[in-house]
Amino acid sequence: MSIEVEQETQVTRSIDARGMPCPGPLMSLIGAIREGRVGDVIEVLSSDEGSRTDIPAWVAKAKHELLTIVPEDGYARFVVRKAR
Amino acid sequence: MATSVVESAQQVIEEEETSEPDGALSIVLFSGTDDRLGAAAVLAAGAAAMGRKVNVFVQYWALVAFLKGWVEQDHGISPDAGPAGRDAFRLLKARGGYQHWSETFRQAKDLGDVRINACALSTDMFGVGIENLDSLVDGIEGVAAFMADATGPVVFI
Repeated sequence: MSIEVEQETQVTRSIDARGMPCPGPLMSLIGAIREGRVGDVIEVLSSDEGSRTDIPAWVAKAKHELLTIVPEDGYARFVVRKAR
Repeated sequence: MATSVVESAQQVIEEEETSEPDGALSIVLFSGTDDRLGAAAVLAAGAAAMGRKVNVFVQYWALVAFLKGWVEQDHGISPDAGPAGRDAFRLLKARGGYQHWSETFRQAKDLGDVRINACALSTDMFGVGIENLDSLVDGIEGVAAFMADATGPVVFI
Protein backbone atom coordinates (compact mmCIF):
# COMPACT_ATOMS: atom_id res chain seq x y z
CA MET A 1 0.00 0.00 0.00
CA SER A 2 1.42 3.37 -0.87
CA ILE A 3 0.41 6.67 0.56
CA GLU A 4 -0.22 9.32 -2.03
CA VAL A 5 -0.13 12.88 -0.98
CA GLU A 6 -3.55 14.21 -1.87
CA GLN A 7 -4.16 17.90 -1.64
CA GLU A 8 -7.95 17.80 -1.95
CA THR A 9 -9.72 15.16 0.11
CA GLN A 10 -13.29 15.51 1.32
CA VAL A 11 -13.03 14.85 5.05
CA THR A 12 -16.13 13.33 6.64
CA ARG A 13 -15.03 13.94 10.19
CA SER A 14 -12.09 15.77 11.73
CA ILE A 15 -10.83 15.01 15.24
CA ASP A 16 -8.52 17.38 17.07
CA ALA A 17 -6.51 15.09 19.35
CA ARG A 18 -3.68 17.56 19.82
CA GLY A 19 -2.40 17.52 23.39
CA MET A 20 -3.69 13.99 23.99
CA PRO A 21 -0.96 11.68 25.22
CA CYS A 22 -0.35 8.37 23.50
CA PRO A 23 -2.40 6.28 22.71
CA GLY A 24 -5.29 8.75 22.86
CA PRO A 25 -5.18 9.91 19.21
CA LEU A 26 -5.17 6.31 17.97
CA MET A 27 -8.10 5.45 20.24
CA SER A 28 -10.00 8.48 18.94
CA LEU A 29 -9.36 7.35 15.37
CA ILE A 30 -10.53 3.80 16.14
CA GLY A 31 -13.72 5.10 17.74
CA ALA A 32 -14.45 7.37 14.77
CA ILE A 33 -13.81 4.56 12.27
CA ARG A 34 -16.17 2.28 14.17
CA GLU A 35 -18.88 4.92 14.29
CA GLY A 36 -18.46 5.86 10.64
CA ARG A 37 -19.62 4.25 7.45
CA VAL A 38 -17.51 2.53 4.80
CA GLY A 39 -16.00 5.21 2.59
CA ASP A 40 -15.94 7.85 5.34
CA VAL A 41 -12.72 9.86 5.51
CA ILE A 42 -11.55 10.54 9.07
CA GLU A 43 -8.89 13.12 9.82
CA VAL A 44 -7.02 13.09 13.14
CA LEU A 45 -4.80 15.95 14.27
CA SER A 46 -2.15 14.64 16.65
CA SER A 47 0.82 16.22 18.39
CA ASP A 48 1.77 12.83 19.85
CA GLU A 49 4.98 11.35 18.49
CA GLY A 50 3.62 7.83 18.99
CA SER A 51 0.90 8.44 16.39
CA ARG A 52 3.52 8.45 13.63
CA THR A 53 3.94 4.71 14.06
CA ASP A 54 0.72 3.74 15.86
CA ILE A 55 -1.73 5.04 13.29
CA PRO A 56 -0.08 3.48 10.20
CA ALA A 57 0.36 0.16 12.07
CA TRP A 58 -3.27 0.04 13.13
CA VAL A 59 -4.60 1.15 9.74
CA ALA A 60 -2.62 -1.62 8.04
CA LYS A 61 -3.72 -4.24 10.57
CA ALA A 62 -7.38 -3.20 10.40
CA LYS A 63 -7.16 -2.98 6.58
CA HIS A 64 -8.32 0.60 6.13
CA GLU A 65 -6.59 3.15 3.92
CA LEU A 66 -4.12 5.71 5.12
CA LEU A 67 -4.67 8.41 2.50
CA THR A 68 -2.11 10.94 3.63
CA ILE A 69 -0.10 12.35 6.50
CA VAL A 70 0.45 16.09 6.50
CA PRO A 71 3.07 17.45 8.91
CA GLU A 72 2.10 20.80 10.38
CA ASP A 73 3.74 23.01 12.96
CA GLY A 74 4.00 20.90 16.13
CA TYR A 75 1.51 18.28 14.99
CA ALA A 76 0.49 16.12 12.03
CA ARG A 77 -2.75 15.41 10.22
CA PHE A 78 -3.52 11.74 9.54
CA VAL A 79 -6.23 11.12 6.96
CA VAL A 80 -7.78 7.66 6.93
CA ARG A 81 -10.55 6.18 4.81
CA LYS A 82 -12.75 3.49 6.34
CA ALA A 83 -12.33 0.70 3.80
CA ARG A 84 -14.56 -1.98 5.25
CA MET B 1 10.43 16.47 6.86
CA ALA B 2 7.22 15.66 4.97
CA THR B 3 8.93 12.76 3.19
CA SER B 4 10.38 11.19 6.33
CA VAL B 5 7.01 11.03 8.13
CA VAL B 6 5.40 9.42 5.09
CA GLU B 7 8.38 7.12 4.50
CA SER B 8 8.39 5.85 8.06
CA ALA B 9 4.63 5.29 7.86
CA GLN B 10 5.02 3.30 4.65
CA GLN B 11 7.68 1.16 6.26
CA VAL B 12 5.42 0.44 9.24
CA ILE B 13 2.60 -0.49 6.88
CA GLU B 14 4.80 -2.82 4.81
CA GLU B 15 6.07 -4.56 7.94
CA GLU B 16 2.53 -4.99 9.20
CA GLU B 17 1.31 -6.42 5.91
CA THR B 18 4.02 -9.07 5.81
CA SER B 19 4.05 -10.00 9.50
CA GLU B 20 2.71 -13.28 10.87
CA PRO B 21 -0.44 -13.29 13.01
CA ASP B 22 0.39 -12.71 16.66
CA GLY B 23 -0.37 -15.00 19.60
CA ALA B 24 -2.31 -14.01 22.69
CA LEU B 25 -0.63 -11.50 24.98
CA SER B 26 -0.70 -12.57 28.61
CA ILE B 27 -0.06 -10.05 31.35
CA VAL B 28 0.62 -11.10 34.92
CA LEU B 29 -0.37 -8.00 36.82
CA PHE B 30 1.27 -7.97 40.24
CA SER B 31 1.79 -4.25 40.90
CA GLY B 32 -0.72 -2.02 42.61
CA THR B 33 0.48 1.50 41.83
CA ASP B 34 -1.27 3.76 39.33
CA ASP B 35 1.77 4.08 37.06
CA ARG B 36 2.28 0.34 36.64
CA LEU B 37 -1.44 -0.35 36.35
CA GLY B 38 -1.55 2.35 33.68
CA ALA B 39 1.33 0.75 31.80
CA ALA B 40 -0.44 -2.62 31.84
CA ALA B 41 -3.70 -1.07 30.69
CA VAL B 42 -2.06 0.66 27.72
CA LEU B 43 -0.38 -2.59 26.67
CA ALA B 44 -3.71 -4.38 26.86
CA ALA B 45 -5.46 -1.66 24.85
CA GLY B 46 -2.71 -1.55 22.23
CA ALA B 47 -2.73 -5.33 21.81
CA ALA B 48 -6.52 -5.39 21.58
CA ALA B 49 -6.47 -2.55 19.02
CA MET B 50 -4.12 -4.68 16.92
CA GLY B 51 -6.44 -7.68 17.06
CA ARG B 52 -4.57 -9.71 19.66
CA LYS B 53 -6.28 -11.64 22.39
CA VAL B 54 -5.25 -10.43 25.84
CA ASN B 55 -5.37 -12.28 29.15
CA VAL B 56 -4.67 -10.39 32.34
CA PHE B 57 -3.95 -12.29 35.54
CA VAL B 58 -4.51 -9.95 38.49
CA GLN B 59 -2.62 -10.84 41.63
CA TYR B 60 -1.21 -9.41 44.86
CA TRP B 61 -1.24 -5.63 45.01
CA ALA B 62 -2.99 -5.30 41.65
CA LEU B 63 -5.85 -7.34 43.10
CA VAL B 64 -6.18 -4.80 45.91
CA ALA B 65 -6.43 -2.01 43.31
CA PHE B 66 -9.30 -3.87 41.60
CA LEU B 67 -11.43 -4.07 44.75
CA LYS B 68 -14.94 -2.77 44.21
CA GLY B 69 -15.14 0.90 45.21
CA TRP B 70 -11.38 1.12 45.57
CA VAL B 71 -10.41 1.36 41.88
CA GLU B 72 -10.57 5.16 41.62
CA GLN B 73 -8.63 5.80 44.82
CA ASP B 74 -5.07 7.06 44.68
CA HIS B 75 -2.87 3.98 44.43
CA GLY B 76 0.33 5.96 44.42
CA ILE B 77 3.36 5.69 42.23
CA SER B 78 6.03 3.01 42.41
CA PRO B 79 9.39 3.82 44.06
CA ASP B 80 10.99 3.32 40.61
CA ALA B 81 9.67 6.74 39.67
CA GLY B 82 11.84 8.73 42.03
CA PRO B 83 11.00 12.37 42.77
CA ALA B 84 11.35 13.54 39.16
CA GLY B 85 9.16 10.69 37.92
CA ARG B 86 6.47 11.48 40.46
CA ASP B 87 6.44 15.10 39.31
CA ALA B 88 6.27 14.07 35.66
CA PHE B 89 3.34 11.75 36.37
CA ARG B 90 1.49 14.45 38.30
CA LEU B 91 2.10 16.91 35.48
CA LEU B 92 0.71 14.45 32.95
CA LYS B 93 -2.42 14.01 35.05
CA ALA B 94 -2.85 17.76 35.47
CA ARG B 95 -2.30 18.45 31.77
CA GLY B 96 -5.57 16.93 30.75
CA GLY B 97 -6.13 14.04 28.40
CA TYR B 98 -4.80 11.59 30.99
CA GLN B 99 -7.04 8.59 31.24
CA HIS B 100 -7.38 6.51 34.40
CA TRP B 101 -6.08 2.97 33.97
CA SER B 102 -9.49 1.50 34.74
CA GLU B 103 -10.92 3.48 31.83
CA THR B 104 -8.11 2.25 29.57
CA PHE B 105 -8.86 -1.36 30.60
CA ARG B 106 -12.56 -0.79 29.79
CA GLN B 107 -11.52 0.64 26.44
CA ALA B 108 -9.31 -2.39 25.85
CA LYS B 109 -12.26 -4.72 26.49
CA ASP B 110 -14.33 -2.70 24.07
CA LEU B 111 -11.61 -2.96 21.42
CA GLY B 112 -11.11 -6.70 21.46
CA ASP B 113 -10.99 -9.99 23.30
CA VAL B 114 -9.55 -8.96 26.66
CA ARG B 115 -10.10 -11.11 29.73
CA ILE B 116 -9.20 -9.99 33.22
CA ASN B 117 -9.14 -12.70 35.81
CA ALA B 118 -8.19 -12.58 39.46
CA CYS B 119 -5.61 -15.02 40.71
CA ALA B 120 -7.27 -17.58 42.97
CA LEU B 121 -4.32 -17.65 45.37
CA SER B 122 -4.43 -13.88 45.78
CA THR B 123 -8.18 -13.89 46.37
CA ASP B 124 -7.60 -16.49 49.11
CA MET B 125 -4.79 -14.39 50.55
CA PHE B 126 -7.02 -11.34 50.87
CA GLY B 127 -10.19 -13.25 51.64
CA VAL B 128 -12.17 -11.79 48.73
CA GLY B 129 -14.63 -13.21 46.25
CA ILE B 130 -15.74 -12.05 42.82
CA GLU B 131 -18.49 -10.01 44.48
CA ASN B 132 -15.78 -7.85 46.12
CA LEU B 133 -14.10 -7.04 42.81
CA ASP B 134 -14.79 -4.34 40.25
CA SER B 135 -16.86 -5.29 37.20
CA LEU B 136 -13.64 -5.16 35.14
CA VAL B 137 -12.75 -8.56 36.62
CA ASP B 138 -14.37 -11.36 34.62
CA GLY B 139 -13.70 -14.18 37.02
CA ILE B 140 -11.26 -16.01 39.27
CA GLU B 141 -8.82 -18.57 37.92
CA GLY B 142 -5.86 -20.59 39.10
CA VAL B 143 -2.35 -20.42 37.70
CA ALA B 144 -2.76 -23.57 35.56
CA ALA B 145 -5.79 -22.14 33.78
CA PHE B 146 -3.90 -18.92 33.15
CA MET B 147 -0.92 -20.85 31.78
CA ALA B 148 -3.16 -22.90 29.53
CA ASP B 149 -4.23 -19.68 27.80
CA ALA B 150 -0.73 -18.18 27.83
CA THR B 151 0.20 -19.45 24.37
CA GLY B 152 2.05 -16.28 23.38
CA PRO B 153 4.32 -13.91 25.27
CA VAL B 154 3.86 -13.47 29.01
CA VAL B 155 4.78 -10.17 30.63
CA PHE B 156 5.05 -9.49 34.34
CA ILE B 157 4.12 -6.02 35.52
